[in-house]
Amino acid sequence: MVDWVKTLSRVLYIDLTRKIFWVEDRSDLFEKWLGGIGVAVQLYKEEVPRGANPLGPENAAIFAVGPLTGVFPMASKVIAVFKSPLNGYIAESHAGGRAASAIRFAGYGAIVIKGTSDRPVYVVVDGDRVRFRDAGALWGMRSSETVGRVLREALPGAGYRTIMRIGRAGERLVRYANVTVETYRHFGRMGLGAVFGSKKLKALVVIGRKSFKLPDVVAYREVFKEVFNLTVGPATRKYHDLGTAANVLPLDKLGALPTRNFSSGRFEGAREISGEKLAEESLSRRVACSACPVACIHLAAIREEYEDERYFYKTEFVPYDYEPIYALGSNLGISDRYGLLKLIKAVEDEGLDAISTGVVLAWATEALEKGVVDVGKTIVPLRWGDWRNYIKAVSYIVLQPNDFYQALALGVEEAAKRFGGAEFALAYNHVEPAGYHTGPLYHISLAIGLRHSHLDAGAYSLDQRLIITGGSLPEPEEAVRMIQEEEAWRQVLNSLVICLFAREVYGRATAERALKSLGYNLSQTDLVELGRRIYFEKHLIKFSEDFKPEDIVLPKRLFETPTPLGQISPDYVRRAIAYYFKTLSDEVKESTGRKSS
Amino acid sequence: MPRRLVVVDANRCVGCQLCVYACTSRFGYAGLSKSAIFVRSAGGVERGFVVIVCRACRDPPCARSCPVEALSLRSGGGVILNPNRCIGCGNCVEACDIGAVMWDSELEKPVICTHCGYCVGFCPHGVIALEEVV
Ligand code: SF4
Ligand code: SF4
Ligand code: SF4
Ligand code: SF4
Repeated sequence: MVDWVKTLSRVLYIDLTRKIFWVEDRSDLFEKWLGGIGVAVQLYKEEVPRGANPLGPENAAIFAVGPLTGVFPMASKVIAVFKSPLNGYIAESHAGGRAASAIRFAGYGAIVIKGTSDRPVYVVVDGDRVRFRDAGALWGMRSSETVGRVLREALPGAGYRTIMRIGRAGERLVRYANVTVETYRHFGRMGLGAVFGSKKLKALVVIGRKSFKLPDVVAYREVFKEVFNLTVGPATRKYHDLGTAANVLPLDKLGALPTRNFSSGRFEGAREISGEKLAEESLSRRVACSACPVACIHLAAIREEYEDERYFYKTEFVPYDYEPIYALGSNLGISDRYGLLKLIKAVEDEGLDAISTGVVLAWATEALEKGVVDVGKTIVPLRWGDWRNYIKAVSYIVLQPNDFYQALALGVEEAAKRFGGAEFALAYNHVEPAGYHTGPLYHISLAIGLRHSHLDAGAYSLDQRLIITGGSLPEPEEAVRMIQEEEAWRQVLNSLVICLFAREVYGRATAERALKSLGYNLSQTDLVELGRRIYFEKHLIKFSEDFKPEDIVLPKRLFETPTPLGQISPDYVRRAIAYYFKTLSDEVKESTGRKSS
Repeated sequence: MPRRLVVVDANRCVGCQLCVYACTSRFGYAGLSKSAIFVRSAGGVERGFVVIVCRACRDPPCARSCPVEALSLRSGGGVILNPNRCIGCGNCVEACDIGAVMWDSELEKPVICTHCGYCVGFCPHGVIALEEVV
């Protein structure tokens, strides 16, 4: 096919056990599976054996970019695939910053990190050179921000590079530790940070200074211009103005903003922590991922006087987004903007996933309130709105001074298993949910989505459409089909790879045209089909990892707290999940049967 | 009237580097490294960005430093590179104090802004502009 595939097909393998690296041409994969998630899933199949310990050397951290990366606007994300230490299944997490363009222009379509180092290291990939460096001085540093600053100053390639690193949470194997990218972006979910920590990998720095000849500059420039105009248009405006925090007030108004551990969909303090208020009072700068005109990354500045000295101030910068505002704000009853930002900052410094941390703390608060545990366990009296104590609790999750915090570090489902209170432990197959209590379709999509993430299918927008149109709920089977179709299409977007905030920009026709300008010959039908195949391939893996219907136990709380579409019917959800399992396991059986016969 | 590229307000820059991609694509390439304009953080993105590009000197030190006269004066300021003449010594890189002579390490030749203005159309936040030189 095209030369473009050749430039993308180099895969860098890094073995931390033996401290060696090599490069392989994997045109076979990139021709068939495009890039991003499509290719990463195949690499996972090759690298991670069934039954692998997520925190053992046999797990791999796989990063992949795609044909549009660094070439078209908002093709700004890297896909990471690994076995999740949170739930033991194949997992996927996305991050922006400069990670995508750095990997692409270092000359790779994917990077596979395997093995385990005997001591802390960090790895620097500068184009064709790979260096293993001693991370002894960085290990145990209190703030992941400091780690970033040190590496920024010690290493070359400013403007061309990504600095991915973990905080103490990753070192100490908190199962929902994240990997921070460029200080303010994250591979947030599913515990990639713990995988890094288990490999004794403190940081991965990639410097990309190559450039690639475009197959057809004229065609490329034309489509580029077209896509660019769309990305600066109304489809992305709200992300630019207020960022994702724009969602706080509308969701609250609908009654879909999870509050105090999902006990309500309305928060009386919503206005104080809204995107509007944060922008007016605290916003200091907007920043973009590479090649993205939208710049949804919003940084707040907090100015603080030292307690021990008057007129002695410091200013800190805190990234905010809708998800941390929900998880660490409304869901913990915090309406003090300053307190919320301090808490986000603490979570950020430790390298924890904000969503999981918020849900875990909300459960702990309610468990204490209901007498399921006592303050001897929680050490600090956790109370809704009391952000100072939550900041302390965040460091206990990392330091794990007792059996309670050891359990919290394993996720909310595990904690509830050990201490009780499962009715109000919000998790889907061990994964704490993002912040939308919009209706049944969203919660079903969390249950059946491959990574139990709100971005698997974005089904909160299906709910919202019903709320707006006043339409009635589809039959559960139909609901599942709608969710699956969207999730399958997103496999294509995640193979290209584009930021999902550009999903309306990259419709089927635009995706086809962008690829064509690079010499690909894929029709819209081909793309849709490819999405279905990737969706199915992931299920093959997940089923082989013992994913069973019984694993999906939805917490009672969901059915108690009304959504804008009313109370969720357990029967409706049960039928949907049953239908999902039936169709997929039939298909999986058929395909594995075919293979073995 | 000749024109030149100017940085209107670097504080508005969000660091997307779309200008850099645009300039690189003038030569038919994708990437960041053949560009005459470059953007990087001013030591951590919270401090903002520096936008580095030729400011079209009237009396350009880069031209004077070139031993083979590969850089000739452009009307409106700045220089025009004659790549056939350039021997890739890198003197011009040293001579430009604002770091606006970039280096194409594949060709081993400098890249200097021609003030064509192509990048301006892709800056979403009004950081750079073309200005008439009077
Ligand atoms: S919209 Fe935001 S997250 Fe997406 S690429 Fe742009 S800056 Fe990054
Ligand atoms: S490259 Fe530097 S020295 Fe040469 S004209 Fe431009 S700003 Fe002046
Ligand atoms: S004006 Fe032209 S040469 Fe100069 S930076 Fe912009 S695109 Fe490049
Ligand atoms: S296009 Fe504009 S906002 Fe983006 S990096 Fe260049 S100067 Fe900054």
